[in-house]
Amino acid sequence: MSAATSSLLRKKRARDTRFESNNATREASWVKRLVLGLSLTFFAIFLLLPLIIVFTEALRQGLEAYWVAIAEPDALSAIKLTLITAAIALPLNLLFGVSAAWCIAKFEFRGKQLLTTLIDLPFSVSPVIAGLVFVLLFSTQHGWFASLLQTWNMKVIFAVPGIVLATVFVTFPFIARELIPLMQAQGKEEEEAAIVLGARGWQTFWRVTLPNIKWGLLYGVILCNARAMGEFGAVSVVSGHIRGMTNTMPLHVEILYNDYKFAAAFAVASLLALLALVTLAIKTWVEWKAEQSLDFNDMDDEQEITP
Amino acid sequence: MSIEVRDIYKQFGNFVALDNVSLAFSSGQLTALLGPSGCGKTTLLRIIAGLESADRGTVLLEGEDASDIHVRERQVGFVFQHYALFRHLNVFENVAFGLRVKPRKQRPSEANIRKKVRALLELVQLDWLADRLPAQLSGGQRQRIALARALAVEPRVLLLDEPFGALDAKVRKELRRWLRRLHDELHITSIFVTHDQEEALEVSDSVVLMNQGHVEQIGAPQEVYQHPATPFVYGFLGAVNYFHGRIEEGRVRLDDTLLHADAAPEAASLTAGASVTAFVRPHELGIAPEDNANTVGVAARITRILGFGALARIELVGLSADAQHFEVEMSRDQLAAQGLSEGQNVRLTPSRIKVFERECDSVLLAGAGI
Repeated sequence: MSAATSSLLRKKRARDTRFESNNATREASWVKRLVLGLSLTFFAIFLLLPLIIVFTEALRQGLEAYWVAIAEPDALSAIKLTLITAAIALPLNLLFGVSAAWCIAKFEFRGKQLLTTLIDLPFSVSPVIAGLVFVLLFSTQHGWFASLLQTWNMKVIFAVPGIVLATVFVTFPFIARELIPLMQAQGKEEEEAAIVLGARGWQTFWRVTLPNIKWGLLYGVILCNARAMGEFGAVSVVSGHIRGMTNTMPLHVEILYNDYKFAAAFAVASLLALLALVTLAIKTWVEWKAEQSLDFNDMDDEQEITP
Repeated sequence: MSIEVRDIYKQFGNFVALDNVSLAFSSGQLTALLGPSGCGKTTLLRIIAGLESADRGTVLLEGEDASDIHVRERQVGFVFQHYALFRHLNVFENVAFGLRVKPRKQRPSEANIRKKVRALLELVQLDWLADRLPAQLSGGQRQRIALARALAVEPRVLLLDEPFGALDAKVRKELRRWLRRLHDELHITSIFVTHDQEEALEVSDSVVLMNQGHVEQIGAPQEVYQHPATPFVYGFLGAVNYFHGRIEEGRVRLDDTLLHADAAPEAASLTAGASVTAFVRPHELGIAPEDNANTVGVAARITRILGFGALARIELVGLSADAQHFEVEMSRDQLAAQGLSEGQNVRLTPSRIKVFERECDSVLLAGAGI
């Protein structure tokens, strides 16, 4: 859900309270309790419980065991690789996402619909297939570019480049998806005004376009980052699971779990969960911030402050 | 600066927005591009600005072909219908934008920028709003800031795209007068697009009437109002009653009656029997009692009398088979003197008519919203 829609939701909330307190429109209280109870139970079993279990299991053998599991070289290397992958995938997707959204929202061209659909492809295709596609392309034995890679002595699959590629592919839509509706809603009048006033292309982008989309962009970056760190399927196919070399955190968790090292597995998993929680917290803050700036903008003609 | 467009042709898909339009705008004048929505006026304005490119034809700025000059080098000021203020910048920074993005060599010093923005804000009488964000302003204030922003770069031409279109009636009227005064002060060549004939007639030095990608008439406001060149212009510039008939001895004959007793000079120049449409403004249509033995005029019944201001508006319906609607305006004194009432049968007699020959005018009439 974008920041723009969340602002609309907030405006509706005021109306809903009225709707709720009005006898004529209020539902019977047992209906309300039933719906509320159902959703809360669901939330507790499927969302809250796993989160609690991750942390309790991680700490079951004490803080020391927890620390050992994390400080172990293989774990550290997995953490490092995860951070490196995210650090490469994020800027790339930032660049792709902003330019794709820019193209789609501000220009008319042939094949625009196709591009919009293609951006969604990573969402609709199974990550495993994405991974297999990259193996098929870049495998040094039987990939399409095998001979090229051999002459340059490069390794993509079962190495860091493959992991980065798979992650970039899987997380591609997040930023573009977030920006397209926002930029479409804002139109191109402000950009036109800037150009008429003499601004160059990059001046227009830095001074007009970017400030207008900054909250949506940040939101997209956060989601993109969360997925980049947590991606399992596609990365699993291309990584080759070489311990201390090509294991990211999610892969490392799986390996530990398969080795019956439950406490260690949960310890690393708890780190991932912690990352997710931090991401959620930042996301909420960004939403709140964006909503504020939107509310400010939405005052519009309804309220004329001055004569 | 003078502006000229030559044979501008522009098509969007299958829709011809501008069909070989040629116009010249003289220096220092305020010209209105007037027409119904979809007539191509905004497209023409955007082509002059460089925001849109024509399929064919040239734009000449001060006699110089501007086709290859980029928008930012054309030195035009553009005011958008929906203001297009930079929403994240305050009023001061909005106005200063054009100065701040100048290449370093041409950019004025910070002190000069401040001085200039202050002066512009004073010019639009909103210097006390410098720290506000656009969202904190009313529509009228926003448009004045947009104008100050456009003027900051000292444009050679000012182009305004329906500048008052998004404002309510009262603010529109104020801003219209204000724009006229500002233009009299600055004398910058200005073109503004509008679909509001009152606005165009009131504000501009000259009016260009456009319809379906063509120019219908060009002239001073008084001139186009008094002497409309086409049925479209007649219909677009004010309320109108129309009568279909044939020419007979310099007069217009409807099915069973003559529209008017005395020969009209315009009708006289047309061949007898020609199929015509006569246009009559509501205030040029008189009401005579029905029991008159006289058969001149159109039989109608009064359906409604609306008397709000100095003028009363009378709505009538024709008694012939097609039950056409008519509208008459007269002073309230006259209304009282004639003792007219709703439901009464009367005869309508025009004091002044404008006759156009009917060929393909059904299309034109549709365009004028009659």
